[in-house]
Amino acid sequence: MTEAYIYDAVRTPRGKGKKDGTLHEVTAVRLSAITLNELAQRNNLSGHAVEDVIWGNVTQVGEQGACLARSAVLYSDLDERIPGVSINRFCASGLEAVNMAANQVKGGAGKAYIAGGVESMSRVPMGMDGGAIAADPHLAMKAYFVPQGISADIIATEYGFSRDDCDAYAVESQKRAAAARAAGRFKGSVYTVRDQNGLAIMDEDEMIRETTMQTLGGLNPSFKAMGEAMPGFDAVALLKYPHLERVNHVHHAGNSSGIADGSAAVLIGNKEFGEENGLKPRARIRATSKVGTDPTIMLTGPVPATERVLEAAGMSFGDIDLFEVNEAFASVVLRFIQAFDADTNKVNVNGGAIAMGHPLGATGAMILGALLDEMERSDKETGLATLCIGSGMGAATIIERV
Amino acid sequence: MADFNYSVDADGVATICWDLPGKSMNVLSMEGMHELDAHIDTALSDEAVKGVIITSAKRDFAGGMDLNVIAKMKESAGDTPAQGLFDGIMSMHKALRKIERAGMDPKTLKGGKPVIAALPGIALGIGLEIPLACHRIIAADNPKAKIGLPEIMVGIFPGAGGTTRLVRKIGAMAAAPFLLEGKTVSPDKARAAGLIDEVVPADELQARAKAWVLNATDADIVKPWDAKGFKMPGGAPYHPAGFQTFVGAAAMIHGKTNGVYPAAKALLAAVYEGAMLPFDDALRVECRWFVNVLMNPSSAAMIRSLFINKQALEKGAVRPADVPDQSVKKVGVLGAGMMGAGIALVSARAGIEVVLIDQNQEAADKGKAYSAAYMDKGIARKKATAEKKEALLNLITATTDLDALKGCDLIVEAVFEDPDVKAEMTRKVEAVVGEDCIFATNTSTLPITELARASVRAEQFIGIHFFSPVEKMMLVEIIKGRETGDWAVAKALDYVRQIRKTPIVVNDARFFYANRCIIPYINEGIRMVGEGVAPALVEGAARLLGFPVGPLQLVDETSIDLGVKIAKATRAAMGDAYPDSAVDEVVFWMADEGRLGRKANAGFYDYDDKGKRSHLWEGLGEKYPQAADQPGVTEVQHRLMMAQVLEAVRAKEEGVLMDIREGDVGAILGWGFAPWSGGPLSWLDMIGAEKAVEICDGLTEKFGTRFTTPETLRDMAAKGDGFYSRFAA
Repeated sequence: MTEAYIYDAVRTPRGKGKKDGTLHEVTAVRLSAITLNELAQRNNLSGHAVEDVIWGNVTQVGEQGACLARSAVLYSDLDERIPGVSINRFCASGLEAVNMAANQVKGGAGKAYIAGGVESMSRVPMGMDGGAIAADPHLAMKAYFVPQGISADIIATEYGFSRDDCDAYAVESQKRAAAARAAGRFKGSVYTVRDQNGLAIMDEDEMIRETTMQTLGGLNPSFKAMGEAMPGFDAVALLKYPHLERVNHVHHAGNSSGIADGSAAVLIGNKEFGEENGLKPRARIRATSKVGTDPTIMLTGPVPATERVLEAAGMSFGDIDLFEVNEAFASVVLRFIQAFDADTNKVNVNGGAIAMGHPLGATGAMILGALLDEMERSDKETGLATLCIGSGMGAATIIERV
Repeated sequence: MADFNYSVDADGVATICWDLPGKSMNVLSMEGMHELDAHIDTALSDEAVKGVIITSAKRDFAGGMDLNVIAKMKESAGDTPAQGLFDGIMSMHKALRKIERAGMDPKTLKGGKPVIAALPGIALGIGLEIPLACHRIIAADNPKAKIGLPEIMVGIFPGAGGTTRLVRKIGAMAAAPFLLEGKTVSPDKARAAGLIDEVVPADELQARAKAWVLNATDADIVKPWDAKGFKMPGGAPYHPAGFQTFVGAAAMIHGKTNGVYPAAKALLAAVYEGAMLPFDDALRVECRWFVNVLMNPSSAAMIRSLFINKQALEKGAVRPADVPDQSVKKVGVLGAGMMGAGIALVSARAGIEVVLIDQNQEAADKGKAYSAAYMDKGIARKKATAEKKEALLNLITATTDLDALKGCDLIVEAVFEDPDVKAEMTRKVEAVVGEDCIFATNTSTLPITELARASVRAEQFIGIHFFSPVEKMMLVEIIKGRETGDWAVAKALDYVRQIRKTPIVVNDARFFYANRCIIPYINEGIRMVGEGVAPALVEGAARLLGFPVGPLQLVDETSIDLGVKIAKATRAAMGDAYPDSAVDEVVFWMADEGRLGRKANAGFYDYDDKGKRSHLWEGLGEKYPQAADQPGVTEVQHRLMMAQVLEAVRAKEEGVLMDIREGDVGAILGWGFAPWSGGPLSWLDMIGAEKAVEICDGLTEKFGTRFTTPETLRDMAAKGDGFYSRFAA
């Protein structure tokens, strides 16, 4: 079968996803377009160079509505013959875009794709697109809907992670991210976001901060009120998890992923594409997976997604050198480490979304790029990226250097 | 004879007056609906008629729908009951919608005739849904009147447009207590909440209604939802405010109902889907969800037990027919403890003269003070007045003097649960009271036939088992001793009717009916703790079944030492056949640890300083470590369910239970048995005898003979029938 290779990966720095964030002034379509331009320029792409742009994006309303992927292509310098498709697999959208592109390449549907995504959470807030899963009573009750934060707290309760466990993880994530940024480990992928006049707006991640157990200890749990008081999501959670007496609310702003703005893109193609364009493949996409899980605990998907992708690759957990597990919430990663008894020195070695932020539609592509950068830097052969996903899903990708 | 009378006065105002022949309360039948519709046709087509008043000739407007109509709709449709229901209910929508549009041009909204509902008193269920379709609702200032939509209480929801209209009238948030909790309110409060439009002096009701009809303009009779640019109050589901409301409502209802009540779910779905539709489409969607609920076996079972059979039992379905009215005039209550005080209160509340006896005056006074405190609470909540309190207290004589019992036609003995003490009181009191007096003993555990031995008139001796707290619990269990006569049964039933509770009549056997079922439920929960099942799972499994309290919480409430006492007595009575040693081990240990339950602020649960239950006691896990391999929730549920359900079946087989209706109604009202199921026997019918046998056989193999499949069930499985098909009266 045809192989799919990663030729390159770029990303914006991650901006704080609030009104005082540096990328707040940049529209989502512009942020997408300049990321596409950056990737095209770095790889000298011109003309009808790729088959499609598969673009992860979660909140597809307002300026992110009406197929942002196509809008981004038209806003960019790419050839108008390249179409564009927006996809939504919630938090894994960016990785799912890569997986779809890779599998289309493997299946022979075109030589190359650009895959990635964007989320301008400061401009199009999460949840603006409504959703039957939460508001349609029949579905919400059938699926035992609770918000993600409650789900993260269920994971902590069910698998025995204390507030201290989660805080300690968060402190470590900040520490690793700060060290990585200081050492310039993100320089290979992160490009400087510039305005229409070429003036720099932002050149590195801005959410990383020094923190301690003490600082985090002072933060109030974020999901306690909605869980225990109004409207009482804990009661719904306990219907699904009747062996629990209560939900232990351990997550807060400091041990959950930050709201962020950002975009990332990955160039994927077959061997022939590289040869024709004089590009050297950086890694092979060995296997991909996606799974559905219990929607109430919602965020345990990385475990079965990893099992499935390992099976598809014919590999075992020990065959993987490095892992990127999206830090949606501390308990998500702690559960992953617990389930596989993973070596913490191999997981999220340069920090993650708790420190740097989680621009929903882009993160999947960002962590895959980060994984590849680190594999090259530390000369490792195999890497696995995985994310938990809203409504109870998981996705994973295994890459290996060539 | 007609349900509605139609007349037109000299000013051209038509009155459609509801007056069900031979009944004190109007209820709507399908025939009634057709009549109303025909009168509306007449009024709309008669050029001389300017407008319409819909009212009642009775003290009240209407108590609701005759729920037998639903069964008829289903039956008449043969193989397609859903279609029958859908068509039947849509025809009601059509009739009510005709009132609402009142002949106006649907485009210009002009030319319609004003229709007003004038409510003299109670207006419940369809009795409010019809007014909601009118252009204005006025009510008499009758403080006793209750207005609301209580359908949810019997497992359905307002399905004749009440749901769709109320949500549009006052918004989903404001409508929630009325639709989802079945809250009923006085006319003043109904007006304040926006259910009705105006409250007027009772003697002006008709005149004010007429004046409104004669003065109403075209604009006055256009409903907001029929006017251009209507917006849902509080926001439709995908407006920012509305989104929060709907997300919150789904979660709240799910949590509060433990997900076991289909009506609440369907109601919310109808509101949600309807909120995004034009009004007529919303009514059709309401109808689809309503039919969905009516087709759900849970709703049918709830209607049967909580409405039809509960009413039948309250109206004397099992009362000996040939005994004349035995209404109690003067009751003697022996023992002024918690039970006696409560019995005195409910009796006096029913207007019965009460003599409350205790050994010393202080105790007797304390018992009476319970009624005073109860009324004070009522006054504080504006439900009672100082005059009412005085009148009620005047009915209660608290004394130590047995001679005061002279003239009592009923004695309710509620002294300490000791056969000797009870026997002594029986003898002493029978010596004072007249020969016609019925002697009832309030006991939860002592066999009536044994206690009756102390009586010189055993045929007049009966058990009346109240549940605690007496003023709150709706069920009263009447127990016939071996020699108890019909007269005594009639007396007890008439008394229960007077105090407005629901009776069941059972034969005498250990623990009668209710406790016979509750004790195994509690025991099964405790037994599992001893086996290493996670206590939270035991409680959670019960919660998921819709039990108000799990077995461990229940035993904390009733106290561990009571459990010990019952266990010791039962063991003594049964000898080697005693099956619950495994339970006793846990319970006796708890008692030794001083964990006696809520009253000790320590039981299976921990409690804070204020007595608030905090969490399951961790010490349990040290003594009974949780097994690494925990059972599935379904197995735990089957154990908890079958432990009590099989007792109900055995009670029927042994003749303790004489009427299956009593078994179901008694279980729900007595100990909160999963109301959604319609009761233990309804539940068995719902899952089917074949499935029940399979569950029991499996449990027997794994856990022992207490789950042995009763012959009745096996026979039903073989013949393919059930309790209601076999035993229904």
